[in-house]
Amino acid sequence: MIEGTLPRALLAAVLLFAPQFSAAQVPVPPLKARVTDLTATLTSDQRAALEQKLAALEARKGSQVAVLLVPTTQPETVEQYAIRVFDQWKLGRKGIDDGVLLLVAKNDRKLRIEVGYGLEGAIPDAIAKRVVDEDIVPLFKQGNFYGGISAGTDRVSKLIEGESMPPPKRTAAPGSGWSTETLFIGFIILAMASQLLHSLLGRFPGAGVAGVAAGIVGYVLAGLAAAVIVGLIAFVISLFIGATGRRGSGWSSGGNWSSGGGSWSSGGGGFSGGGGSSGGGGASGRW
Amino acid sequence: MIKRLFVAGALASAVLLQGCGYNTMQAGDQQIKASWAEVVNQYQRRADLIPNLVETVKGFAGQEQAVLLGVTNARAKVGSIQATPELVNDPQAFARFQQAQGELSSALARLMVVVERYPQLKSDQNFRDLQAQLEGTENRIAVARNRYIKSVQEYNTVVVQFPTNLTAMIFGFKEKPQFTVENEKAIAQPPKVDFGKPAAVPAPVPAR
Repeated sequence: MIEGTLPRALLAAVLLFAPQFSAAQVPVPPLKARVTDLTATLTSDQRAALEQKLAALEARKGSQVAVLLVPTTQPETVEQYAIRVFDQWKLGRKGIDDGVLLLVAKNDRKLRIEVGYGLEGAIPDAIAKRVVDEDIVPLFKQGNFYGGISAGTDRVSKLIEGESMPPPKRTAAPGSGWSTETLFIGFIILAMASQLLHSLLGRFPGAGVAGVAAGIVGYVLAGLAAAVIVGLIAFVISLFIGATGRRGSGWSSGGNWSSGGGSWSSGGGGFSGGGGSSGGGGASGRW
Repeated sequence: MIKRLFVAGALASAVLLQGCGYNTMQAGDQQIKASWAEVVNQYQRRADLIPNLVETVKGFAGQEQAVLLGVTNARAKVGSIQATPELVNDPQAFARFQQAQGELSSALARLMVVVERYPQLKSDQNFRDLQAQLEGTENRIAVARNRYIKSVQEYNTVVVQFPTNLTAMIFGFKEKPQFTVENEKAIAQPPKVDFGKPAAVPAPVPAR
């Protein structure tokens, strides 16, 4: 008992002070676009041009590159702040981890290229350092921030282009939550629930209940449009699930599912991370 | 009927196991193992960089025998400690590992200070790349340690809190050692500032 007291006291102390530490840190801005400028350095045209280039890169290679300009990262170092931003934004695809963050702390005169796990081969630390020192810093020294960021992202894009990566997915938007596992589990649950409901309520009302229930789940997860689509599809699947004789039509309605998911994701717009992570790779520099 | 009972039983035991924290502790234990492996991995990466770094520095600053030898010895000591996953459950071995890595850190820091006196070395592309790699690796170590600290903190909280501490007692889950700052004493001392010697800066280019 006695030996447990000290660690517990330490833990209490840590918990007590933790909120104060985090309150002093610069908060991580929400990820809404590929280029986030909190210093009002870039004009809207410049931002749009960068956005377009980075979006084109993601369309071609699937890799997500984001730019963040903040006034300062104090009291943290630029490295500590960069990893926090990366952890929160989750740049790059899940499991492939092909995200890159270019962080500029303008008043600190420091910058960092943070590289996701999956791109450490394409952009090793030494190369990232060269991008910082050779492409970005000389232009930053002249006060040309747009030029520096543009040159840096161009070179990073070129490095990513040279790496063979899994092709970008065309349908589901990254981070939309409609992973294969979700669909699979949903289908299993639907199948089981349908059997039960059919035996309790009969086939047609049972399928109706299943459809409504699936719609509610869809509404909670994704919103109204998805709820209607999911509900209808669940109703159709549920209707045919008991009747094994009509398997063919049951499966063909499964095809509708994916097309519904695709149309839903394209309506979302905006930009979000795909679930990638970084282990602190990359390089920092100052100007 | 039997099937239903079986399902109910499975559900009930799942809920009970959730409540007592057994699964949380198991998950936490695995998480700690994974984050520890990442820490060791990054330390290894640093150790692998050192021979190359020492060779490169030797080429330009061969007279800095003492500092170079310090780095080589510290690396040898790090290499002699087997960083197995079981290390996490042995606070003494953990402390030894941490001390050896700390010594290597300070030896490397001394080397990097010495390097400042050799402008030719500093402008060598090979050395610059190695330096970038070393910086990147040090940052990765910091990130990996941070993640280890977080997973240990979560696990230890479960192990000491009521009622999950009872489960921990029954199944023998113990608190895991936490990273501490290696150079606590050095941090406590104010830094020495010496204005006596002028810093070795390259001569300014005469204006044309």
